[in-house]
Amino acid sequence: MTMTIRNLTRRFGQTEVLRGIDLTVEKGELVALLGPSGSGKTTLLRIISGLDWPDAGQLTVAGGDWLAKKAEERRTGFVFQHYALFPHMKVRDNIAFGLTVLPRDRRPPPVQIRARVAELLQFLQIPHLADRYPSELSGGQRQRVALGRALAIDPEVLLLDEPFGALDAQVRRDLRRWLREVHDATGTTTIFVTHDQEEAFELADRVVVMGAGQIEQIGRPDEIYDHPASPFTARFLGLTVEIPVNLRAGRIEAPGLDGSALSRRAMADGPATLFLRPSDITPVPDPEGAFRITEAVSTGALLRLRLEGPADCIAEAELPRRAGVPGLIPGQRVRLRPEAGQIFPGGPGPVQAAAVPSLKTKESLQ
Amino acid sequence: MSAHADPAPAALAPRESRLVPRLLIGLALLLTAVFVVVPMAYIFHRAFAAGYAVFLTNITEPNTLHAIWLTVLTAVIVLPVNIAFGVAAAWAIARFTFPGRKALLVLIEIPFSISPIIAGICYLLLYGRNGLIGPYLLANDIQILFALPGIVMVTMFVTAPFVVREVLPLMQAQGSEQEQAALTLGASGWQIFRRVTLPNIRWALLYGAVLCGARAVGEFGGVSVVAGKIRGQTNTLPLQIELLFQDLNVTGAFAAASTLTLIALVVLVLKTLMESRR
Repeated sequence: MTMTIRNLTRRFGQTEVLRGIDLTVEKGELVALLGPSGSGKTTLLRIISGLDWPDAGQLTVAGGDWLAKKAEERRTGFVFQHYALFPHMKVRDNIAFGLTVLPRDRRPPPVQIRARVAELLQFLQIPHLADRYPSELSGGQRQRVALGRALAIDPEVLLLDEPFGALDAQVRRDLRRWLREVHDATGTTTIFVTHDQEEAFELADRVVVMGAGQIEQIGRPDEIYDHPASPFTARFLGLTVEIPVNLRAGRIEAPGLDGSALSRRAMADGPATLFLRPSDITPVPDPEGAFRITEAVSTGALLRLRLEGPADCIAEAELPRRAGVPGLIPGQRVRLRPEAGQIFPGGPGPVQAAAVPSLKTKESLQ
Repeated sequence: MSAHADPAPAALAPRESRLVPRLLIGLALLLTAVFVVVPMAYIFHRAFAAGYAVFLTNITEPNTLHAIWLTVLTAVIVLPVNIAFGVAAAWAIARFTFPGRKALLVLIEIPFSISPIIAGICYLLLYGRNGLIGPYLLANDIQILFALPGIVMVTMFVTAPFVVREVLPLMQAQGSEQEQAALTLGASGWQIFRRVTLPNIRWALLYGAVLCGARAVGEFGGVSVVAGKIRGQTNTLPLQIELLFQDLNVTGAFAAASTLTLIALVVLVLKTLMESRR
């Protein structure tokens, strides 16, 4: 089955939550919808599952119109961030639920259901939890059960809404690996929503970056990481340093900036903005440098520098602390050598080099 | 509060501060005894004062027996209707937004805030001989007032909020994710209700039903207006007690009263058992 979404829109009152979504998901793919909160990714997932309805657009699966189908007919097995297990049922009954509610003529006999549940429990590595109630499980165990419950109905497409959002870092990493294994073993087409780029990049075959109700970029993780297609994606993916530059013959020019490590761009001459990750900036001590270190903080592994440049340009750089570049102390003048970065035409709107605050504003707005 | 945060453990507290709690506890016990325990004990004492045989004679007096029957019948009719109404209303208010949702919430609470006798009078004015619908009912030979339908309807009105009030906060707190999960797993509306919603609210629902039942059995004010107090026909147990008392049949009144009290006590015990299970 191939899922095709065409020009999907959804508004809640005055707010346009989805503004024309076009997306195709191939059979067996593992796709991440990545974006800040309020970008519409959960709404899109809910529309696919039938828990919400678009105002306009098309949703077809294997050529069939899914918008003509009710949620209970789509077999999506939606997995919620907070698990939504049935608290009065044991784990095995939770997992069996989807099979026991099948119409009588399609419902497998109890023996078969029991066998299928046992098989799933084994496969999900939780057979010892079969007779527990959800309240007796940890968060990670609950999410495994929730996934088992969804997989039991052999879903057309598996939908997960921030599945690891409520778990702590270690469990998250374990479950991520485990989910990838489960996906590879079952081959179930899977779409999951996350605001954590590490999670999206590690897990997904393809990442769909969403912002303000639109798809900003679709691509393989590395592709998106190396070549964010828009300032929005760049900022969201951690290219938080924005420096106004001038382009001439595909090379950047700016005071205090050494662009020799950057490849030449096929772009028109004129003002542009260079987007950088703090970790891709190497500060080189230089008494004539246009940037000055105003702050140096160690996080243990990293040395984080705050730099002030010409025209109120503020940048941040991160480098391994033990690399031990001497002279990187507050007050020192440096020039910056970007190792990688993305250039978008046009000068900066407001001269605001550090994009982290502007991203926060975006989130708090929604 | 943790043990260290409390600088003065009870044993070391000054004398005065030990006196105050004791005084308050004593007062609470005394008031409970005077206002609750003694009157209730007295009901049973008076009911059985002349011996068990007399009590039995009084209770099995046909009019009293009929009153017990009518009361139970009313409760048996009212309870399922109000449970259905309560669950439906709670479901609608908790799960959907629709125009008039807030108004519905307020309307449901009205029976709590107005005196039952007003409900009785409303029904009288509506269905009475000179009322709005009365002449039509009369012409079609439908008896609502001074008969079982009137009693049932007023009781229903008075006890309508109990189930909603118990179930709604729980449904709101639980949210609808479980139901949505069930939906995406292929469950139909009825399956979701029976297998997910109902088990989640079962204790609140039972609790509300118990309270509703207790109130339905004990309802006096509203019913006294619409029942017409015809002995052996439209007297419920509370009305029968009043009549016996007015007849100066004190033993009879107390016998009936003790029966009603017994029902209330059973309900109370049930309720307490349920609370401990919640």
